[in-house]
Amino acid sequence: MSLLGRLGEHAFKHDMIEYGAGLSMVLGGIVVVALLTYYKKWGWLWKEYLTSVDHKKIGIMYIVVSAIMLLKGFIDALMMRAQQAFATGESMGYLGAEHFQQIFTAHGVTMIFFVGMGLVFGVINLVLPLQIGARDVAFPLLNSISFWLFTAGGLYILVSLMIGVFAGTGWTAYPPLAGLKYSPGVGVDYWLWSIQISGVGSLLSGVNFLVTILKMRCPGMTMMRMPVFVWATFAMMILVIFAFPILTGTIGMLSTDRLLDTKIFTADYGGNPMMYINLIWAWGHPEVYILILPAFGIFSEVVPVFSHKKLFGYTSMVWAIAVITFLSFLVWLHHFFTMGAGANVNAFFGIMTMIIAVPTGVKVFNWLFTMYRGKVQFTNSMLWFMGFVFTFVTGGMTGVLMSIPGVDFQVHNSLFLIAHFHSVIIGGVVFGFFAGYSYWFPKYTGFKLDEKLGKYAFWFWFIGFFVAFFPLYLLGFMGATRRMNHYPDGNGWQSLFIVAAIGALLILIGVLFQATQLYKSIKHRKELKDTTGDPWNGRTLEWSTASPPPFYNFAHIPTVHAKDAFWEMKKSKAQVETKEYEDIHMPKNSSVGVSLGIISSILGFALVWHMFWLAAICAVGVLITLIGRLFVKETDYYVKASEVKEIEMRSRSV
Amino acid sequence: MIKDEHYPDSHHDVYSKTVFGFWLYLLTDFMLFATIFAAYAVLSKNTFGGPTPKELFDLEYTTIQSVIFLLSTFTVGLAGVYTHRKQKWGAISFFLITFVLGLVFLMMEIKEFSHLIAVGSGWDKNAFASSFFTLVGMFLLHLVFALLWILVLLVPVFKSGISKISLRRLTCLKMFWQFMSIIWVFIYTFVYLLGIV
Repeated sequence: MSLLGRLGEHAFKHDMIEYGAGLSMVLGGIVVVALLTYYKKWGWLWKEYLTSVDHKKIGIMYIVVSAIMLLKGFIDALMMRAQQAFATGESMGYLGAEHFQQIFTAHGVTMIFFVGMGLVFGVINLVLPLQIGARDVAFPLLNSISFWLFTAGGLYILVSLMIGVFAGTGWTAYPPLAGLKYSPGVGVDYWLWSIQISGVGSLLSGVNFLVTILKMRCPGMTMMRMPVFVWATFAMMILVIFAFPILTGTIGMLSTDRLLDTKIFTADYGGNPMMYINLIWAWGHPEVYILILPAFGIFSEVVPVFSHKKLFGYTSMVWAIAVITFLSFLVWLHHFFTMGAGANVNAFFGIMTMIIAVPTGVKVFNWLFTMYRGKVQFTNSMLWFMGFVFTFVTGGMTGVLMSIPGVDFQVHNSLFLIAHFHSVIIGGVVFGFFAGYSYWFPKYTGFKLDEKLGKYAFWFWFIGFFVAFFPLYLLGFMGATRRMNHYPDGNGWQSLFIVAAIGALLILIGVLFQATQLYKSIKHRKELKDTTGDPWNGRTLEWSTASPPPFYNFAHIPTVHAKDAFWEMKKSKAQVETKEYEDIHMPKNSSVGVSLGIISSILGFALVWHMFWLAAICAVGVLITLIGRLFVKETDYYVKASEVKEIEMRSRSV
Repeated sequence: MIKDEHYPDSHHDVYSKTVFGFWLYLLTDFMLFATIFAAYAVLSKNTFGGPTPKELFDLEYTTIQSVIFLLSTFTVGLAGVYTHRKQKWGAISFFLITFVLGLVFLMMEIKEFSHLIAVGSGWDKNAFASSFFTLVGMFLLHLVFALLWILVLLVPVFKSGISKISLRRLTCLKMFWQFMSIIWVFIYTFVYLLGIV
């Protein structure tokens, strides 16, 4: 075996489109590096962001990485739409089958693991510690490590564009197709290590945030006084710590199948590929709730604030979250009713799937009742919420439709399914994130986003979404299956595929408006400035700090007496009472996170290409980094009371 | 006015946060093992014509192994007691005894592995062997880490006694070891005892 393992010249041979993508990525990277060097910003980047353990900085980094990945995943989507609009009959389209299957795999992996998870973790990092009145998360360094493992995982998807290929198996990589026998190349290995490394990051985040929520709430904040976003995060993190180990174990076993030639999921030697499908969905179904619950939390914050009313049915909201959390582990089999587990098993999971729609419905009605007779302000966040209601409810209803096993047999793996889960994930997670984005943006930057451009963006997204995905429902009924790079003509599909492609272009215009919105808002940040720290007349504790909050969040840890803590404080004017400033204990920056990220990304790369000597060196490197950290003495410091006073005075005088 | 140490996020609370966080981590590790156990449960009969568990396992050998490991759980418990009493040498000696017992266990298991490979039931032979090696191999991986962990954590104790930080870390280590013994009880019962029946 050579020093480079499987890596050879052939790994760099691609078609023109891939060369173009790879080249533009490299150029983009060079431009960023050049700009950083030109403006001498490397030190700033290293000190303020890369090594930071501040939850707010980490949250921003999560969102930046996710935005880059979103762009990548969105380009994948546009390419697929373009291919399917033309590739019928004589025309084979512009993408080969090999390339097409990599694109739909990369699209799914990117969107779920590196956009959905990244955005969700980003928002949670930004908001959650402030909402519970804490100065940071329970384990700030662990938080940084989680972020860097997430980023390291995301890198493989980009690297695989230039060196070798990505998996062509679909984002869940079912064996035996994903096994050694039928996918001997590096594609599935990229998939494995990408998800394995970022999955460990998510797992650690789960532990971190659960401890944060349970141990670090400010005095007076009982569980039933927590904002619903915190409840949603709490439930999500419970799902993370139960579900992600299943993912780690399952794809761990798939990697031993591929690396050590074990026979766990093989089709021969007694292996059982169907067990893989069960296990991956035992993680995969909770995963969709991991993504959607925080979005529900965001809406529960946004709707009361812009309706000028307290949230309708707080307790039922909390119970709905709890019930969803529990039930989400009892529905996984509905992803493969067609496997043939038998009528009784299918019936059980079908009924469970119908039941899980009930608490979700409760939540939708609670939000609507919050708006009822409220003084509703149609801000960007509210628009996204209302877009969510339409989109998510249609997605939810088609989901319940498919929970009937008999119906599912008809539409299984058809474009109907694709339309369904895009309705709930885009309508739920993405719209939820956008609602939170315009709501919390001023908190972390000090200025609001341009509302008008945001409205244009919303309408293009919203209409574009329905134009792009409603044809897919119809196509599904007409028998079109997912993942086709070509289909016969004369069956009336092409016109609908063209409509869907137009829808994707409308969404693209929406995205361009969002980019313009960000650019213009930064340009006009003086006019859009938020001096109060509370631009929306907010109800929860994050609005009681300055915008942007000082790095220690709260000069005095607040004491809470009711739900909607800040709202109550404003009513009783309790926050004006002045206290002496005190020394604040804060963690120091650390390069452990970024080092682990770099080393583990090389580790995964070495394993993908079978450079086992390099993998061994990296594994030792990980151990040394961790052990080295144990011997670091000064991991934290005190901010002097005088310095706190100075910062507080400055933010007040602005 | 409430004093700083009563605030939930003050650094005085690191011990309870870490120990609680470690409990949660152990829970995730339980789930990881549960996944591999599930795989073993599904595949344990699929020997594909190769030797069956009944022909392969030597219950006496494994029982001795188990006794050794349970003994190490007892000694790690004692080490924990000494750690909490801040008795440096008691803690060091019982952690070292635990280390030695763990090492003996590891050696015995490696011997069993090489025996299995020698008689034609290596990990790449059939689904049963694969899932067996994955499950027990995962356990051994944990054990190797724990052994390394003992050595690393004992260095500062040896140099400067049991500090607050060492107390916290050694407590986690002790929990980890006891977690492993619970996993081993499951492996012993479901893999070896049920395999022999």
